[in-house]
Amino acid sequence: MIHLARRTLLAAALGLAVALPAQAQDAKPTASIVVASTTSTQDSGLFGYLLPIFTKKTGIEVKIVAQGTGQALDTGRRGDADVVFVHAKAAEEKFLSEGFSKERKPVMYNDFVLIGPKSDPAGVAGGKDIAAALTAIETKKEPFVSRGDKSGTHMAELKLWKTANVDLEKVRGDWYREIGQGMGAALNTASAMNAYVLADRATWLNFKNRGDLAIVVEGDKRLFNQYGVMVVNPEKFPTVKAKEAAAFVEWLTGPEGQKTIADYKIGGEQLFFPNANQPGA
Amino acid sequence: MDFAAIITAIADLLGGATPGFWPIVGLSLKVTLSAVTLAALIGLPLGALLGIARFPGRTAVVVLVNAMMGLPPVVAGLAIFLLLSRSGPLGPLGWLFSAKAMILAQTMLVLPIVVALTRQTIEDLWREYAEHLASLDLTGARAVPTLLWDARFSLVTALLAGFGRASAEVGAVLIVGGNIAGHTRTMTTAIALETSKGDLPLALGLGLILILLTLILNAVAFGAGRVGARHAR
Repeated sequence: MIHLARRTLLAAALGLAVALPAQAQDAKPTASIVVASTTSTQDSGLFGYLLPIFTKKTGIEVKIVAQGTGQALDTGRRGDADVVFVHAKAAEEKFLSEGFSKERKPVMYNDFVLIGPKSDPAGVAGGKDIAAALTAIETKKEPFVSRGDKSGTHMAELKLWKTANVDLEKVRGDWYREIGQGMGAALNTASAMNAYVLADRATWLNFKNRGDLAIVVEGDKRLFNQYGVMVVNPEKFPTVKAKEAAAFVEWLTGPEGQKTIADYKIGGEQLFFPNANQPGA
Repeated sequence: MDFAAIITAIADLLGGATPGFWPIVGLSLKVTLSAVTLAALIGLPLGALLGIARFPGRTAVVVLVNAMMGLPPVVAGLAIFLLLSRSGPLGPLGWLFSAKAMILAQTMLVLPIVVALTRQTIEDLWREYAEHLASLDLTGARAVPTLLWDARFSLVTALLAGFGRASAEVGAVLIVGGNIAGHTRTMTTAIALETSKGDLPLALGLGLILILLTLILNAVAFGAGRVGARHAR
């Protein structure tokens, strides 16, 4: 009797374990690809909007692994993704020259914004000159949160410090906090310690835990943020689903994908601006 | 952040207003329970053998297994990631960014706990009953099934400790699973994601539900053990 009860319990537990996978994988499309992309495209909600439209049209399911740009490119280098969709042109061109992809296509752009406390202790709010703003933050040693994770935003930030003629290695101190995490985590940290932080506009618009933070500098041409997409070279990794990956890139950079990107808005504000046809982007 | 926001988030989750929530719960349970089951199948006999066997270097093995209970999940995740990557030795399996990879990584985390706690339990029991078992002609490995059966109620605690370890960790499943929506997103990786989006009420709501699930599972195991122990007497 007891044995029976115990066995029933065991059987129920096993049954649960067996039944669950079937439930988790219902309505499976015909094929799927892995896309290594950035935290900004995921945290901004773009993929949640765009991918169902693509899957419905083509039957190809897209699995997004959201990482920093540096890590996403490395995922491609290991052959663990079929497509990389990132935002750091110099790093993307290096990926190309190493032969890990045959072609890079521009997809869309948005811009970076400097976020800071509303009280603005560095006195930079309302300005349009990002270099001047960074110089002021460094001079006053106001707290600044850096991604520090080789992401596209981190690389852009390092380039901007250079533009501002600030040698980080020399002035680095307690005011400069490198957290080594994603965009959302950096915003959470800045929100908690009322610090300045460079963010992509899309993640900022979708970010809910703003606290006392607001945009302090925007609209500088140097804050331009270009996204590019590449199919991982199937000659390097035969496991790459070249056909499906190419179909995704085609769609994304074609009229339909470009329109879908332009249609994605939060609170009436457009987050990304398609520019696949802009030469040299 | 106010309480109302957390309550609303939890109500939306449980009421089905947040799409994709129940599959996440299902996947979390599947991965964790599979890992604990695998670890039990390997770890219980292995731990029992280690408890009764005497061989040179045994102390070192025991210390090593005990130390592995503290294996950082992120390290286990990284090791499995390198193994399963297309550029790694097990790349051809194509397991990276799948539930299988997550089960493998969590099994690696749970196994040392099951082995170490089983070893301790069985060793104590063995000391007490070795002579008695020998009189029944149960010596060495042949005593293992009997010892495991006699210790079954204590060993549930070892499995629960393993379950706690697996259901709570985020480092390993995030690296080998990739937190892919609808595929490898679990309760813990979803909490990490919502935190990074700044949606703290939703993150906290998910966290409270995870704790509740763990509580229910432990209560069921405890109750079942109690009923079983009463009838076994």
